[in-house]
Parts: sequence; structure tokens; C-alpha cells
Amino acid sequence: MDEFIALERVEKVFEVRRRTGFLRRERREVRAVDSLSFTVARGEMVGYIGPNGAGKSTTIKMLTGILTPSGGRLRVAGIDPARERARLAHRIGVVFGQRTTLWWDLPLIDSYRLAHRMYRIPDARYRENLDRMVELLELGDLLDVPVRQLSLGQRMRGDIAAALLHDPDVLYLDEPTIGLDVVSKAKVRGFLREVNAERGTTVLLTTHDLQDIEQLCSRVMVIDHGRLVYDGRLAGLHEAGESERTLVVDLERELPPVEVPAARVVRVEGPRQWLAFPAGQSAAPVVAYLAERYPLVDLSVREPDIEAVIARMYAEKAVS
Amino acid sequence: MAPWTRRGRLAEGVRAYRLVAAMWVRSTMAYRASFAMTTFGNFAATFLDFVAIMLMFSRVDALGGYPLPEVAFLYGLSAVSFGAADLLIGSMDRLGRRVRDGTLDTLLVRPAPVLAQVAADRFALRRLGRVTQGALVLGWSLTRVDIDWTADRLLLMPVMVVSGCGIFCAVFVAGAAFQFVAQDASEVQNAFTYGGTTLLQYPPTVFAKELVRGVTFVLPLAFVNWLPATYVLGRPYPLGLPLWLAWAPPLVAVGCGALAGLAWRAGLRSYRSTGS
Repeated sequence: MDEFIALERVEKVFEVRRRTGFLRRERREVRAVDSLSFTVARGEMVGYIGPNGAGKSTTIKMLTGILTPSGGRLRVAGIDPARERARLAHRIGVVFGQRTTLWWDLPLIDSYRLAHRMYRIPDARYRENLDRMVELLELGDLLDVPVRQLSLGQRMRGDIAAALLHDPDVLYLDEPTIGLDVVSKAKVRGFLREVNAERGTTVLLTTHDLQDIEQLCSRVMVIDHGRLVYDGRLAGLHEAGESERTLVVDLERELPPVEVPAARVVRVEGPRQWLAFPAGQSAAPVVAYLAERYPLVDLSVREPDIEAVIARMYAEKAVS
Repeated sequence: MAPWTRRGRLAEGVRAYRLVAAMWVRSTMAYRASFAMTTFGNFAATFLDFVAIMLMFSRVDALGGYPLPEVAFLYGLSAVSFGAADLLIGSMDRLGRRVRDGTLDTLLVRPAPVLAQVAADRFALRRLGRVTQGALVLGWSLTRVDIDWTADRLLLMPVMVVSGCGIFCAVFVAGAAFQFVAQDASEVQNAFTYGGTTLLQYPPTVFAKELVRGVTFVLPLAFVNWLPATYVLGRPYPLGLPLWLAWAPPLVAVGCGALAGLAWRAGLRSYRSTGS
């Protein structure tokens, strides 16, 4: 396996100036990324997660050449991103979930035509890629629609296509499913899996949605306070964090807390009760047990969020 | 950097500029009526600006010893130079906003020079209104002023306009570079408003609005039109400066351009190391 992305003790230190008085300012150093080392092999699909302000976007910005690291060594496809930003740009695709790179007032196809020329994509290659993208992301009816008229999910699909037209070796996705409905999420995930399998594109994605990781990534890296705190399989993360899923149950009427093996009631509010059970375990037996014995009206399962998982990981460490 | 790579980068920049500018033109054409109205408005506003000067001349025969056609000559030259620069890269002042909302990052991941992309940002053809108005005033003045058209004076005209445009462009770039460091637009604005008000304490009526705007950029202004234009008009030089300085504008433009380029590089470097 060749190391496609390699970080060696990479650091990023910001100097933050804070106004403390009328003219007085205080300078403080903030270590956004602290001696971070990891490698990603070609064709891997890695989830990069962590709480807000943990250093995720700073890392991505260094990997794309937007930010210059304060220390350490960093290579993407053998290129030093900070020194050869423009050369690297041909090798990478970037999707910022919350900011579109598409042209707001123009038909979607115009943004692709610009990419065609700006990236100097050979004509045949461009047509082939565009056709494939249109097919997989169901963009056919959208090409002539001005971007401002697209729904969030359609725009995200449009953005992902734009990031892949020039055949990048690596794709960075920053919150690619944020704000999308279930159907759009499924489409985006399905497409990413396909691209990864078909072209061997290396994918690094940051997300708050653990399901993105569950369905896409065999490997997950957790960063907190600028340091890598976990690197491995998602299942392992759940174990390390002892995380729990929550089953929200609506009963016909107010009842005393239900009794279910392998789950415990954590909250009761009128006819609604919250049950916690280990994240590694299936919800089906719990639901079946409940349905048999209690008058159910409705239920839903909530996945643990990343913040909770990481918080538990820390609590665990402190105890042991 | 070897000269050939520099030339390569320049060509690359011009190419990216044209690609992005063309996209903005298409974007504005999505709202044709609005485009027509803003272009007309742009023209009308600058036109009224000159009408104010003409009204003044209904009371006096000369300003600072310059009759109306000669003032129009100065006005037209400055307006064309500034208007052209404004048309080319006038939207660079949006950089501060891009830095604040983080959309500058989307330009940094494209394989094209950032300066070219930022310069072409929000390229607006409606700004043709201003250049057109300046050109009309200049054209009118040329039919009225009494100039002894020698070959060197004739040559100096395009040199003057192009250099003036270059000087103004350099100021735009330097201003944008400053926004990397001071993103609170207020601070940037202060530099301009305070600088402007200091000037406006003197009777602004002596200058056309374009000139007052130009004077804000203190040093290079004299080279945009005062020095070369007085040479063309055959008038006594201000401050008793040597005559050959009339030919200095290209050098001044190149010098300003180089300084602005350095400022831009420093600004971009600081952005890439601080990221906010």
C-alpha cells in the first residue's frame, strides 16, 4: 500500500489577538493542530471526526494547500500542498458542505463548463465524466436549471459532481450530508461508494453524522484538541466510547417505566419514554419485546452523536 | 523565479481572469433589465457629477486659472483611467467579505492564481457607464481645448491613460491586500474616510469628484494626469518640477504595480498562515 496522504508531526499554531481594554490587546497562541501524524493509503475511505473546534477543518485546509502548516511534514500525492497549491489543485477535489462552488445565477452546466476549461480537462474525458456523473447523481433534468433554483440536496449532488470532473485522486468532503433529507443522503452515500470502488478515489470526509461513517468508511479517525485520539474501525470506537443508542417510545398512555432486558429507561415524560441500549446491539429484540407487552403508538431510534461518543471516551480514560 | 515561469504565471492569470469574468458577465445577463438600468444609472450618476462642474462655470470663467475645456480635459483623463481600472478590477474590495465568510477558500483550491480570480470576482460590465462618461467628457474637451499637437504630445495621450489605469489598479490591489490583515471593513473604511475627509476640508469644488477620489490615493495621483496633462496643455508646471516627469507615469505605474504585488503576496501569505 502506498501512502497517499502522509502527515508527520504536523502542527498549526494560530496567534489569537483579543481586545482586553480600549487599546490593550492580549496575544495568545492557540494550537489548532498539535503534532498530528497519520497516513492514508490510495483508495481508502476515511471518516475524520471530532467535536467543533477540534482541528478538523484546519487539517483539511492544510491538506488542500489553503493553510501553511507551522511545523511538521505533510504530503499529498507526493506534493507539498503549501508550496505547490496550484499543481495540487489538479489532483484533489474539495466539497465544502456549507458553501457551494457552483455559480448561483447560471445553469448548473455552466459551472461544469468553467471547470472543463479551468482544469484543462481533455474534451473526451470531460464528456465521459460528465455523462457518468449525470447518470449516477441523477443530474439530467437539472443541468439547465439555474443553481439558485436547486434544492439543497440537488445542489450538493451538483457540487460533488463539480469536484470530480477533473478525475482527482483524492476527494475531501466537509459535511457532505448536512441538512439533506433521507433520500438525498442515501443518494450521496451510494454515489461516494461507487466512485471509491470504480476509480479508486481516496476519500476523506468530515461529518457529524455517524451514519455517514457507518455506511461508507472502514476507518475512522477522531481528533480532539488538535490531537488524534482514535484511529481504527468504527465498531471499535463504539466500544472505546461505550456509546449508547436511544429508543424513543410513545405509549398509549402514561405508564410506569417499562421493563426491558438489555435496555434501561433514562427518561419518562408523560406517555413518552427514552430507553438506552449499547450501540453495538440491534434494536430489533428490544422493539419486539416491547411490542408484545406494551401498548405502543410510535417509536424511533436515535444514533449516538459524535460529541457524546468522544465525551464518554474521555470519561472512560479518566476512570481507568 | 525564472523569467519564463513568471511569464507563464502571467498568461495563466490572464486566462483565469477571462474565464471568471466571462462567467460574471453571463450571470449579470440573467437579469437583463437590471443590467440595463444599473448601467444607465452608473452613466447618469457620473454624468451629473460633471454637470455640477459645468454649473460652477456658469458663475466663474476659470478654476485655478483653468477654463472649462481644460478642466474637462483633466477630468476626462482621470475619469477614463479610473473608470477603466474600476471596470477591470473594481470588485476587489469584496475580498474582505470573502475572507470573513470563508468563501476565499473555494478560490484557493482551484488551479489558477488567486489574484486573477479575485480581480475578476463580480466583474461588472455596468461599470462601462463610468468609462463611457469619462471618454465623452474627454472627447468633448478635445474639440474645445487649444493644444499645439506635436508628435510627443500625441503619443503622451494613450501613455497617460494606460499608466493612469495601471496606477489605479495598483491601488486597488494594495487596498485588497490590506483587507487580508484588517478584515473588519470598518478599519479599512476608516483609512479611506479619514483620508478623504482631511482632503475634503479644502474646497472640494476645485476638484471633480473623480479627482477627489483619486487624491485619496495621494502620491500617484499627480502622475495620472496633472503632470502629463499640464505638459500636453503647455501650461506652467506645478511645484516647478522638471519637464521630463511628464513621461514618468509608465515608470510610476510599474513601480506601484510591483509594490502592490509585494503587498498582495504578503497579504496572501499571512492569510494562509492565519486562516481567518
